[in-house]
Amino acid sequence: MSWNDQIGFPVLSVITFLPLAGVIAILLFGRGRPQVYKVIALVVTLAAFALSVWMLVVFKVSQAGMQLAESVSWIAPLNIRYGMGVDGIAALLVFLTTLLGVVVIIASWHYVKDREMGFFISLLLLEVGMVGVFCATDLFLFYVFWEAMLIPMYFIIGIWGGPRRIYAAIKFFLFTLIGSLLMLLAIIAVVYYVKDHTGTLTFDIQSLSRVVYSYHLQYWAFLAFFVAFAIKVPMFPVHTWLPDAHVEAPTAGSVILAGVLLKMGGYGMLRFCLPFFPDAAVAFVPWVVGLSVIAIIYGALVAMMQKDLKKLVAYSSVSHMGFVTAGIFAGIALVGNAAGVEGAILVMLSHGFLTGALFLMVGFLYERTHTREIAEMGTLGKPLPVLAGFFLFFSFGSLGLPGLSGFVGEFLSLYGVFEYSRWMAAVAAIGVILAAAYLLWMFQRTMYNDRGDDEVKPSFPLKDLGAREIASLVPLVVFVIWLGVYPRTFLEFLHVPVQTILDRVTPSLSDASAGMGALAQLVDSVRGLF
Amino acid sequence: MNALFWWLLVAFLLFSIGAFGVLARRNVILVVMSLELMLNAVNLALVATANFRAGAEGAGVLFALFIIVIAAAEVAIGLAIVIANYRNRRTVQVDTYDELKG
Amino acid sequence: MEGTAYLQIAVALITLLPLLGFIVTLLFGKRMGRQAHIFPVAMVTVTAALSIYGFVWAFGHRDETFVWNAFDWITAGQFHVPWGYQVDTLTGIMLLVVGIIGCVVHYYSIGYMHGDEGYYRFFAYLNLFMFAMFVLILADSYLLLFLGWEGVGLCSYLLIAFWFRKKSASQAGKKAFIVNRIGDFGFTLAMFLIFVVTGTLEFTGVFAAAEKGDISAGITTWICLLLLTGALGKSAQFPLHVWLPDAMEGPTPVSALIHAATMVNAGVYMVARSYPLFVQSETAMTVVMAVGIFTAILASYIAITQNDIKKVIAYSTISSLGFMFVALGAGAWVAGIFYLFAHGFFKGLLFLCSGSVIHAMGGEQDMRKMGGLRTKIPVTFWTMLVGALSMVGMIPFAGFWAKDEIVGATFIAGEYVVWVVAMVTVLLTAIYMGRLIFMTFWGETRADAEVQAHIHESPPSMTVPLVILAVPAALLGLVVGLPPEGGWIHGFLEPVFYHPHHAEFRLLGEGGALMLASLLTVIVGLLIAWWLYVRQTEVPARIADRVPWAYRASLNKVYLDDIYAVVPVGATLGFAQWLWDVVDVKVIDGVVNGVAWLWGRIGDGLRPIQTGRVQSYALYMFGGMVVLVAVFAWVWGS
Repeated sequence: MSWNDQIGFPVLSVITFLPLAGVIAILLFGRGRPQVYKVIALVVTLAAFALSVWMLVVFKVSQAGMQLAESVSWIAPLNIRYGMGVDGIAALLVFLTTLLGVVVIIASWHYVKDREMGFFISLLLLEVGMVGVFCATDLFLFYVFWEAMLIPMYFIIGIWGGPRRIYAAIKFFLFTLIGSLLMLLAIIAVVYYVKDHTGTLTFDIQSLSRVVYSYHLQYWAFLAFFVAFAIKVPMFPVHTWLPDAHVEAPTAGSVILAGVLLKMGGYGMLRFCLPFFPDAAVAFVPWVVGLSVIAIIYGALVAMMQKDLKKLVAYSSVSHMGFVTAGIFAGIALVGNAAGVEGAILVMLSHGFLTGALFLMVGFLYERTHTREIAEMGTLGKPLPVLAGFFLFFSFGSLGLPGLSGFVGEFLSLYGVFEYSRWMAAVAAIGVILAAAYLLWMFQRTMYNDRGDDEVKPSFPLKDLGAREIASLVPLVVFVIWLGVYPRTFLEFLHVPVQTILDRVTPSLSDASAGMGALAQLVDSVRGLF
Repeated sequence: MNALFWWLLVAFLLFSIGAFGVLARRNVILVVMSLELMLNAVNLALVATANFRAGAEGAGVLFALFIIVIAAAEVAIGLAIVIANYRNRRTVQVDTYDELKG
Repeated sequence: MEGTAYLQIAVALITLLPLLGFIVTLLFGKRMGRQAHIFPVAMVTVTAALSIYGFVWAFGHRDETFVWNAFDWITAGQFHVPWGYQVDTLTGIMLLVVGIIGCVVHYYSIGYMHGDEGYYRFFAYLNLFMFAMFVLILADSYLLLFLGWEGVGLCSYLLIAFWFRKKSASQAGKKAFIVNRIGDFGFTLAMFLIFVVTGTLEFTGVFAAAEKGDISAGITTWICLLLLTGALGKSAQFPLHVWLPDAMEGPTPVSALIHAATMVNAGVYMVARSYPLFVQSETAMTVVMAVGIFTAILASYIAITQNDIKKVIAYSTISSLGFMFVALGAGAWVAGIFYLFAHGFFKGLLFLCSGSVIHAMGGEQDMRKMGGLRTKIPVTFWTMLVGALSMVGMIPFAGFWAKDEIVGATFIAGEYVVWVVAMVTVLLTAIYMGRLIFMTFWGETRADAEVQAHIHESPPSMTVPLVILAVPAALLGLVVGLPPEGGWIHGFLEPVFYHPHHAEFRLLGEGGALMLASLLTVIVGLLIAWWLYVRQTEVPARIADRVPWAYRASLNKVYLDDIYAVVPVGATLGFAQWLWDVVDVKVIDGVVNGVAWLWGRIGDGLRPIQTGRVQSYALYMFGGMVVLVAVFAWVWGS
């Protein structure tokens, strides 16, 4: 048994399970007392956020491997351990998760009318699962958190969602489940491969990622993991669960979904697809980057045509997350292209802040206008100047205005793609033009005048943002600017882990098989099965 | 043909009769009784085997005892359910109990 | 380098003070009410003083380049760009233009925007603009320049759409930003390409690589053309010029500051800054010149029939920017920057004057409803006359010296076709500027009686800035541009453009003849305008009837907006609609829901098995057992 070495205190476990303690406290003291359970929820999420900031402070950015590690035997016969630990990538994502955890609690203060306590409990349980996914260093534990996270999200959409919530919740659940079942198969295959070849049964992610797998295992396992994560990202063409889930989910659900859940896909690719199966990853580069570029353009074009604000933001997520997958896979396509990967991770962070904020804005608008239809709004900048100001800020962040967070990540990941293929980068860069088009058009149609009459729609009196709502947005504003002006704070966490991943992948680049192309290798590996 | 064969044949016949009763009778009381018959057929087989096979004495008898106890509990619960059902529906015909279908 | 500590502080403050002004005004401006301008104007005044200091420093250290890397901005893997500032003589000129005109426009706005409900918002945006513009000109790397570049684009968007309750304004703001984004697409790719081949985006590093010949000729051409794409958007050159006329929807001080004097020059500045790259690519230079001259004549042709006073000036701006590109393309770098310098003042002046006219006319912008204002608003009239004469290139106003050098340079470079077109443009410019002046200030007043009663000269807060700007608009050329090709500005900018286009100016030679030719052209143009719009006012209509196609093409801006509405915009929207309706909803989600439907039908098919009767389930179990026993018997038995 070993608790963490760095600070003599299992900080990751505490961050992960603090919300669970909050749930217990709510069940004990909060029944029927809204003020009590809301304050408990706020306090525990704030405490988790404070701890995650502290975690970033004590984190040693120049040190490789997992830090703040904890490892306790859990299911001894299978050598499954309760292992927690973070590298720079995970640390930043934990930070993002706990930040959004606080933000959604503040933003949902008066949002839900029905079974409110259950809503807050679900939010807290969701945070347990999400932080756990980023912290787990044991494959089995990772899978447990991965699946556990689904359940509260399913309830949040299915119970507190919009009119088509059941359809959306089931769609979300099934899509994710298909992915995770494939992943489960691959996990078993990987673990047994290692047991057969080295004689040790282990679920430790670090040890597993150092094994050299046979190439046909790599291809199938890569595909299985990749599909699971691609659904989460979501990549074209497995993205259609996202708009439905977003439209039906309550505001807090959308914020978490866009802000954190989508990041699990990118995180999983970095944690599993690349270091476990480097040969396969390299072989699939052209396909993945191609699909990502399609997603960038496709998401942007489809977003332009949406009539529902939430759907628009949802499709913009498809477009933005294309930069993540494109950057990651272009980054491994040639030696020394860390910019693409680091940029992709920054896009993940920045998208978490910005899209989370945009969904909050849509939620605030909805609470006032009782609609999300763009056509039913107009010239709202007049009655709601503060809301319009924040909306404008986040829209410009999202369309990649230099100086705000969206730009740095997208620029770097596009640069990574450019090093890999100039034409693909040129096509992807069109996505940046389109982003300006759909976001500014959206802004014009809602906040400015698009009709010619000078009429504010809807016509009933509207109240501008209150102090609580502003409080939920200000932290996001701060980080959006911080990430845009001084991204170094965040990039410093990424250099070492990204280099570790690239060092793992680099040998595959010189492999003879790398030149073969994914399809030819797949045919080969199918033969290998029989 | 040793003696065990005849014992087992009897057990098999009892079991078959019981099985037929379970599958074919409409009256739920008779179904429960047929079930008891099947259980007793198994008991018979176990005890007989225990008697004729060296080294299996204890286990066979032990299982038979277990089954008798469980059968008693099962009958108690089964009949309670039958009574509850009868109160609701005024019938003990088993084929009218078909609420749980797709 | 003595004294750089002060310069460092000055540079830091030049960018930070307007930013502070923006933040403070945004947060507290509403509470300040009518006093909201005090803080931002104070900030800009100090900034203007500091930027003059920056200019003076450059003046005293013309062979030095001050580079200050404030902090590491982006470091990711192989990619590294600092947040750094640079001051040299080119920056010095730009500081002067932006600082002074920015300051003047702020003061002017106090009067012009008086009583507007977005008063504080306006000053906040103006301050933000100053911040972004200063970052743009002080940047020492392409990426930081790009930050300022997009920043001014944002402010331009906000200020064009300032009166967002007007549909045309919100439309124009969006259009400006998106068209600029198309240019920025090229700019972004150019930066990628530069970094790939040189490993840096800092000017010193990139240009050193270019000087050493580390960049192959083909790549250089690509880089230059992509950079040019960016410049075309920002400096409103064909085919990306369409946003600038619409941008006149913004308040007039904005048109003066952003869409005449500073932001639109950013493209010219960027190309001039990238001079070591451009000089290595003959192709790129030719393209620059071709685009410039085509834009210049196209814009003049359109300007001649526009009736909105601001639109005329807007097209004249496009035309002037075209001239600057011609200068850059001809290798007359100094002339280009000289023209930018002079243009900033006289065009800013023209816009502010037009604002004063509009103010006097109670918001009327249509020149057909003006006329005879000469005596009613004398200060505006005289200052606008100075601006217009400078614009057409009348001796001895500032515009003359700069424009003449550009036109002369094309001739001396042997580009006779360009020279001829440039002369035609000069003629057209004289005609439409004359038309503007004559229609506005001469003849009878054509406004309604009610408007006429209210015509009044603007308050001093507006007229004083006009007078201040009129001084450089009139005299700048005499001070810095004499003698031609050898004036002060040439010596000043020489360190930046170190193999300049050497053309010795001789008054009694080629140079003098060219100067005389262009001067005569201007006078002829002005006389034509006088004849058409003062003497024989019915003639223009007759000309329009004689060649209706030419008239309508000009009036409708050569139909470019209509074409763009169909080809890029309509096609994109149609494609997007198809992607959404067919691909996303029908194909992809169709497959998803189809799979779900299929499982549903399979379930339906199997449903009868679930009878709900215990005995049928027992039968299945029994059957299953029998099968299992049979299988096991077969397996073990064999």
